[in-house]
Parts: sequence; C-alpha cells; structure tokens
Amino acid sequence: MNRELQKKSFLNRILPWLKENLFNGVFNSIITIVLLFALYKIIPPFIKWAFVDSLWRSTAAACREGNGACWSVITANLRFIIFGFYPYDLQWRPLLAMILLVGLLLYSKNRNHWNKTLFYGWIAGLFFMGLLMKGGILGLAPVESDKWGGLPLTMMLAFFGMIAAYPLGVVLALGRRSKMPAIKTFSVLYIELIRGVPLISLLFMSSILFPLFLPEGLTINKIIRAQMAIILFTAAYIAEVVRGGLQAIAKGQYEAADSLGLSFPQKMRLIILPQALKIVIPPSVGILISAFKDTSLVVIIALYDLLKTSKSTLSNPDWMGYSPEVYLFVAAIYFISCFAMSNYSRKLEKELH
Amino acid sequence: MTNETTTDIHRDSQDKIIEITGLHKWFGELHVLQDINLTVYKGERIVICGPSGSGKSTLIRCINRLEEHQKGRIIVDGTELSNNIKNIEKIRAEVGMVFQHFNLFPHLSILENLTLGPIWVRKTPQKEAEETAMFYLEKVHIAEQALKYPGQLSGGQQQRVAIARSLCMKPKIMLFDEPTSALDPEMVKEVLDVMINLAEDGMTMLVVSHEMGFAKSVAHRVLFVDYGKIVEENTPHQFFDNPQHDRTKLFLSQILH
Repeated sequence: MNRELQKKSFLNRILPWLKENLFNGVFNSIITIVLLFALYKIIPPFIKWAFVDSLWRSTAAACREGNGACWSVITANLRFIIFGFYPYDLQWRPLLAMILLVGLLLYSKNRNHWNKTLFYGWIAGLFFMGLLMKGGILGLAPVESDKWGGLPLTMMLAFFGMIAAYPLGVVLALGRRSKMPAIKTFSVLYIELIRGVPLISLLFMSSILFPLFLPEGLTINKIIRAQMAIILFTAAYIAEVVRGGLQAIAKGQYEAADSLGLSFPQKMRLIILPQALKIVIPPSVGILISAFKDTSLVVIIALYDLLKTSKSTLSNPDWMGYSPEVYLFVAAIYFISCFAMSNYSRKLEKELH
Repeated sequence: MTNETTTDIHRDSQDKIIEITGLHKWFGELHVLQDINLTVYKGERIVICGPSGSGKSTLIRCINRLEEHQKGRIIVDGTELSNNIKNIEKIRAEVGMVFQHFNLFPHLSILENLTLGPIWVRKTPQKEAEETAMFYLEKVHIAEQALKYPGQLSGGQQQRVAIARSLCMKPKIMLFDEPTSALDPEMVKEVLDVMINLAEDGMTMLVVSHEMGFAKSVAHRVLFVDYGKIVEENTPHQFFDNPQHDRTKLFLSQILH
C-alpha cells in the first residue's frame, strides 16, 4: 500500500517534469527523441568497447584477437608514457617529485594555510624536486635533462610557466599604465610583439635562433629555453587581462590610497591589485589553462612531453593502431588537471567575494 | 555652538599651517584656479562654497597633491609641494582627506581600513593601530561595526568610517570634499555631528560644502569661489548676513531660497 503510494507520487513528480522539460511542444519533443536515439546509438557501444570487451593487462597479440578497447597499450607502456627516457631504475625519483608537487599544490588550496611557513615549504619543496630530477649529489646518480620527459616535464613546464608568467604579467600591466614613457613604450612593444606571434614561432626562435646569439661555448639548456618561451608568451596575455582589472578599479580607490600617504608599491600591493586581480580570476584561469595545454607544443622542438611520449608508444609496431586508447588516456590526464584548475578558481572566487 | 569668532586662533606667522601663494591650475585649456592666495592658521576652520565647476574641490585637492598645480607655491606644515615624491607622501600623511563618495577599501574590513595607513605609513605596531582605530570608531559611534565590510554599511556610516580612517593617521589638517552631498538627507546630520565634534577638538579643517548651518556654527571663515577665483572671504556672520559681492548674493539666494 505504502509502496504503491510512493511509486505513484514518484510518477506524479517525474511525469510533469518530463512534460515540462523534454516534451513541451512538438519541436522540442522531436529534438528529445532524436537525441535519445543518438545517445542510444553511441553510449552502449562505447561502454561495450571501453569496458565489456576491453583488455587491460594483455599482450599485444591478445589485443589483435579481441574486439574491445586495448587498454593494455597503456598498462604495458605506462612507465614510458609517464617518464619518457628517464633511466628505468631511477623513475621513483620523478615520481616522488611529482607527488611532492601535487601534495604541495593540494595543501596550498586552503587559503588558511597561506603563510610564511608554507612559502619556505615551497622553496624547500622545489629545491628537493630539482634535486630528485637532476641528482648528482647525495649519492643520487646524475640524470641529464635531455633524459627528462613525459608527465614530469609537462608538469614542470606548466607549473613554472604559470608561476613565473603571472607576476611578470602583472609587472607588464603596471608598466603599460605607467606615466614614464620608456617603461610604457617597452611594455606596449613587448605585449604587442609577443601577442603578434604564435607560440610555436617563439619556441622555434628559442631553440634555433636564440643559441646563434650566444657566445661560443655557452649553451643554455633546451628545456630552460622552452620554459622561457612559454613564460614570456603567457605573461603578455596575463598582462592584458590584468590591465583590464586595473582599469575597472574606481579612481577614488587610487585617491584614497594616495591621500593616506601610501607609496606606489604599497598602494598597488594593498589596495589596487587585491581588488583588480580578484576581478580577473576567470579570464586569468582561462589563460593559465590554455598555457598548460600549450606546453604540448614543445614536441616541435623535440622535447618528450607527455603527448610526445604517448605518440612514441604508438610507433612501436606491436602497439600500432591503438591511438584512440592512448589519446583518451592523455586527454583524461589533461582534462583532470584543467578541470581541477577551473574548479579551484571558482571556489577561490566565491571565497573572496 | 555659538558663532565663534576668529579670536580663538593665533594668527602669528609661526602658526601658519598652509600657505598658498599665486596658485594657478589649468585642465588643458581650462584655467580652473586663477591666482589663489590663502593662508590657513593652526586650528582654523574654513568652509569653501561656490557653484559647481567653480574650482573649489580642485583647490583643496591641490593641498594634498591629488591635483598638480602648474604655477604658484603651496607650503603645508613647512614643506613645499613639488615633484619630490617623498615630500608629497610626507604631506599626505599629515593631511587627512574625506571624499564625497567615501572611497573606503571594499576588500578590507572596517578595522583594516582604519589600521592600514598607521601600520604601513606610520609603522605603528598592529596592536596599537587597532586600539587607535577602535578609539576613533567609538568617537564616530560605529565601534560595533568594526569587523564588517564597507558594503554592509549605510552611506552615513561609511562616511563616518572614512572620517575615522583619516583621523587614525593623527593628521594636522583635515580636508573635506563635499562630505555630505552623496548622502541621503536623513544621514547628513550624523556626519555633520561628527564633523562638529572634530571642530570642537580644535582640528584644522578645510571643508568644501554647501551646508550653511554647519558653516555658521563652526567656521572661522567662509570662502566663496567662482570661476577659479576667491571672490569673497569673510566671517560666517558677515558672509551670510552682509555679502559684499553680487555673485555671492546671487549664489546665497539660490542655495538658501
């Protein structure tokens, strides 16, 4: 009795909802039906391919027999995809470095943790990560940076790219609004020049053109050069976004800060930037996310980032042809990172409101 | 409050706190201030009135260099205003300013608004700055709001906070730029009461305002500014009851109906 009543009330609720949201009118009903049919055509076969018929830890030969997804291509090559050419026995080191980085990032999410100790924690953490990657002292075997690759490289390029580009962008934005002609001209030129060329051309310049200008014998590491290009590129975009935020701050705020006798750096740091940067959180995160994904362009100067190591896996004759699986896996890693970033920015925005 | 006269302030030369001589300012082609000469003594309270666009706000904004003047001299508390940024910051720390639109810092709490200047400019320890802040918040009758944010207060409350913020810097001079014109009528009194209290404490005040009741009760002098010039300058008593210039008469008839 009771159950029947429950069932009835459930139906009573669901039917009007369906009618109102999916079948209100002939046109909407048709769209609903077409979409349902399309989903029926796509979803079940995908689930069958990805989960039911799939092979997870098999040999390449076994995969050729099956009809489903061959996730084995990932499990079998996971360590190469993640770590690239980093010496096999030493791969615990980049793994530990990544865990350290992710751990610090997660801990830093909470704004209550932002204090001096955390700042020193980051310095120590970054130093330790560098030590782990490079080795050479404390009994750690040295690993040259041309062996670095995969996810640690992607994370490194993205992380330092963002961390360094943001302050540089803020400085450029302030420079562009400066009353001093030399500073203003430099900032405008910089921003417009960098924004006027694609990142790929900057990467080429950093890898091919730039070394030509260095004195004989002096070389700068290829990763550092790519890193510089990413930082310089991202900073120009950040600058324009921050400039928009600065312009949104009422003149009265500048005047009130001035009238208290605050110096220019104090005024910017305590009054103007906290308000301006809060306004530009959404577009800044947009830029940081695209900067993160743009790190995959370093393949063109032959750095083995995550995307490149994955592609290399596919050129192994045994595993040729399983690109959907590999690319889905890489896409998932990129998606998780980017989604975490945008999620966090929304949370931060709400907290600061 | 009675009609005070100028007898209670010293007009010796060592008691001069602001000296403006031959001041000119242009906004592009517009000659907004034309040969302004004004000396203000310690403890003096001056109300400046005049039609909109007459240059009265610009005049007091020149005193703490929110506007740059092109000709003439401004000496504040013995320091001349020039392009020397250190001098400008020094003068600004001694000169409090209250704006028409309050200009509180919306991202900081009321208490933080008040302690910011003392902590960063005066290098006061935080605890002491907070005590001072609470003292002045009591004085403007708003201490219970200390932990709120500016957006949560009414206009009148915000303006009182703004006055307290300036006072926390222990300024020698207070400038008021139309402090009540952006307020709803019922809030004007609460702000004026605070300003009258301040006057009773002997603060040197320059007030751009059309509040004639306020001018009558606290001002030593009233200046009438029009077209960038000080047209008339007199005690409130003389100014309101016996204006000398036709323009002053016209202006008074317009605002007093």
